[in-house]
Amino acid sequence: MEHIVIIGNGIAGVSAARHIRKNSDKKITIVSTETEYFFSRTALMYVYMGHMKFEHTQPYENWFWKKNRIDLVKGFVTKVNHQNKKLILKEGSELSYDKLIIATGSKPNKFGWPGQDLKGVQGLYHRQDLEQLEANAPNNKVCKRAVIVGGGLIGIELAEMLVTRNIPVTFLVREASFWNGVLPKGESELINEHILEHHIDLRLETNLVEIIADENGWAKAVTTDKGETIECTVVGLTAGVSPNIDFLKESGIELGRGVKVNRFLETNIPDIYAIGDCAEQHEAIGNRRPIEAVWYTGRMMGETLAQTICGNRRAYNPGHWFNSAKFLDVEYQTYGWVFSERGMKEYEQHFHWRHSKEKVCITVSFDKDSKKFLGINTFGIRMRHAIFDRWLTEERSVDYVMEFLKDANFDPEFYKVYEGEILTAYNAEFGTSIAPKKKSWKRIFSTT
Amino acid sequence: MKAIKNVGLVIFLVGLAIFTALPVIGTFKIDQATFDQMAQDQGFAKSELFVEAMQKNVVGKEFQGIQALSPPVTEALETANAANKKNKAYKKVIYTKPNDMVSSIGKKSGAGYIVENKGMMWFLTFGLGIIGALMFILPNVILLGKKGIKNNGIYHESATNQGWIAWMVFIFLVGFYIILYFAPQYAVNWTYLVDPISERLSGNAAGHWFVYGFMYCVVMTVMAVRMYIKYRHNVYQMVRTTSVLFFQIVFAFLIPEIMVRLQMPYYDFKNAFPLDYDFFFQWNIKSLMNSGGIGLFILVWGIVLTLVVVPVMVYFFGKRWYCSWVCGCGGLAETLGDPYRQHSSKSLFSWKIERWLIHGVLVFAVGMTLMTLYSFFTDTGMVLGLKTASVQNTYSTMIGAVFAGVIGTGFYPIFGNRMWCRFGCPLAAYLGFVQRFKSRFRITTNGGQCISCGNCSTYCEQGIDVRAYAQKGENIVRSSCVGCGVCSAVCPRGVLKLENGPLEGRINPTEVLLGNDVDLMDLVNKK
Repeated sequence: MEHIVIIGNGIAGVSAARHIRKNSDKKITIVSTETEYFFSRTALMYVYMGHMKFEHTQPYENWFWKKNRIDLVKGFVTKVNHQNKKLILKEGSELSYDKLIIATGSKPNKFGWPGQDLKGVQGLYHRQDLEQLEANAPNNKVCKRAVIVGGGLIGIELAEMLVTRNIPVTFLVREASFWNGVLPKGESELINEHILEHHIDLRLETNLVEIIADENGWAKAVTTDKGETIECTVVGLTAGVSPNIDFLKESGIELGRGVKVNRFLETNIPDIYAIGDCAEQHEAIGNRRPIEAVWYTGRMMGETLAQTICGNRRAYNPGHWFNSAKFLDVEYQTYGWVFSERGMKEYEQHFHWRHSKEKVCITVSFDKDSKKFLGINTFGIRMRHAIFDRWLTEERSVDYVMEFLKDANFDPEFYKVYEGEILTAYNAEFGTSIAPKKKSWKRIFSTT
Repeated sequence: MKAIKNVGLVIFLVGLAIFTALPVIGTFKIDQATFDQMAQDQGFAKSELFVEAMQKNVVGKEFQGIQALSPPVTEALETANAANKKNKAYKKVIYTKPNDMVSSIGKKSGAGYIVENKGMMWFLTFGLGIIGALMFILPNVILLGKKGIKNNGIYHESATNQGWIAWMVFIFLVGFYIILYFAPQYAVNWTYLVDPISERLSGNAAGHWFVYGFMYCVVMTVMAVRMYIKYRHNVYQMVRTTSVLFFQIVFAFLIPEIMVRLQMPYYDFKNAFPLDYDFFFQWNIKSLMNSGGIGLFILVWGIVLTLVVVPVMVYFFGKRWYCSWVCGCGGLAETLGDPYRQHSSKSLFSWKIERWLIHGVLVFAVGMTLMTLYSFFTDTGMVLGLKTASVQNTYSTMIGAVFAGVIGTGFYPIFGNRMWCRFGCPLAAYLGFVQRFKSRFRITTNGGQCISCGNCSTYCEQGIDVRAYAQKGENIVRSSCVGCGVCSAVCPRGVLKLENGPLEGRINPTEVLLGNDVDLMDLVNKK
């Protein structure tokens, strides 16, 4: 029986394993050093916040793995010997494979800041980080203040977590506005305001210079490039992630920032594949990045590679881009491409609407000349994935999207709807006179 | 704000302590005139032995606490009945149960401060409880901060994480239900507190079921305030909470009491068979048939409600229209029980137990009703060698009292707030069939947006592993879903939406989710 070994039990590796099992009888082994069972990394924050227990982050009950004949090995792979198709584990034991899937995910970036390895300095990525945070910042008596360095999704999550325990947080963000490399200006500003509403001390355009140690080797303060010294107990480093592939350096597998793969998720070595955060496409697919460190893409690569492994060779061919996040109390969804001012294409034009009081806004991106709809960002409004996916495939115009926007609303029943206001603003800005169409179940379910 | 909360907590606990002490304090003394009147009204004058023993040991004597009054009354009753049976004087046997006899004697013989100061005592128990609870709850408007999902600390708090506070609440609730169902004599002092209210509504003094009904409404109202604050960003939760509150106060509490005042039968128009398991019991049918037009109307309505209204509404809206918008059991679960919703077990094993139990109860309820009707129309007491009355008694005790009451509510703090609705309610089982196989209701999963975080599953009060469906891109179409909408509320990524739509495409098994290669999705999902 062919033996498939997967390194990493995150969403990419587990998706691959599940789909290989659905389609074959191959022997499947997952090796991980982080945890015994698969858990949802995105849910770690809720454990610290007391919304859930760690066991709730595990999507499958513990009997699931045995029942589906997926062997779990707790161990750290130190070496891949592809000549003999063997893995060397830390304890010295070996594991043979017929096909190897590398799905080792990411690790938090550190940029060589002085003091970055002091006690009390940590990232938020692994389960161990959660345990460390629980020890370093159990409450605001032990942790008088936390400084978070890096204004991305993990940074704001870490800030939200600490705030739930009434720990004062200073949030250092390199950019002039939160996440403005990704979000257009209006949205980024809305989030800036929302961060301040939560009494988080947001410092824009501020960089970390040094983390200062006390006599016991614990962080006690940071200094910034604005010349300030901020006393603190915990420093959270959340300046992005990069592929977790150090153990492959001498393996002969071609590496860039990540493990280089072709569209079939194959590496340069036969029978070795890479998926998820650690995979790097030779050439980016469409507007995507060569390394996509997103939950959904990890899952999609797993789904795709399983087909290849089971004899149905498939290229990784993701559909329309989508993503989501939650910034404190504000939910964010995106479908298609809406670039920030920094990354905006020359053909791209935006329509932005923001509610006068609530933290609700949308940005619609479209082609200046053809008026083709390119994408939408929504804050505080839920949208229907299937509808936007269809509209993007059908290459609808922005006017069409505006006219049928009610079909796309996915907010719970009885929620206040904003399509009327949005359309009024749109008509005023572009001199159109589009009337909104009533929501139609027939249209919504017409092709799904 | 914190200080207000703490003061509120203390006030609440004082009220609760007085309420809890009431069953075992107070003076009871029945005078000759009252006793004679009772003997006539309740027909126990026929048992001279009982009256004699009561005259000797109870009448005119003072007892401290119902626990002192109870033994001589019980002994008098049992000795008299035993002697009468031995002498084959069956007509003189009194069939009132000892507990109920002590209750009714006790109710007439209360004396002293509690009985003379009903208003004050109401204030010291219900009043302090309400004021304290509101002082504890209202500051959350500010303390919870910006509107949004605030489940912070639920698994850090003893009360909501099955800690010692939860166990204390568990013991209190179980004890309360045991008194209510099995030892009502201890509720006599509680009935005095609400006598004035009962007299104004129905014209009668309060019994222990009135205490329960009134308390039910008070608890639901206070805890609804908590719901309004917690879910103030979520209109669905606000509307739904208002709806259950309305149906509890108006339909379950006020209308039946007012009907009694108008010489009509006591009836809750929204309580559908088989949850209302004694609707077809002989005594009920007889009482309805003897109540003229209104009785007949109730009889027809009760049948139409179960056979037509309930399934048709479930077809259009899912069983949520009943279970989390109308039902009293659901109403308590969604208000008092909301802090405990996360304790329902999500394991596959629990789901297996659930299916056996709830459908077992449905079979039991329907079987018992068929026996009852057969007995009624053929005028026999036995069906297939079983005594109808003892099957009814078994159901009333085991399902009606122990399962729905003691376990259903008493177990909230440890096992979650829908124990009864999930494992026991025969009506829920019936609605579940309709919802699963013929309904427009579903929880739609939003394409590929799920990140498997598990908030939905954690906060599902019905123990549905919502995430198991959401992460596969599948809609949730489960017979047990009561449509509370909390999975949708706690989802951080906007993945879940309760909606009523066309039947086609409602169940949508998928392997590869929306957002991936279209060809691959077609290939894998359609094979």
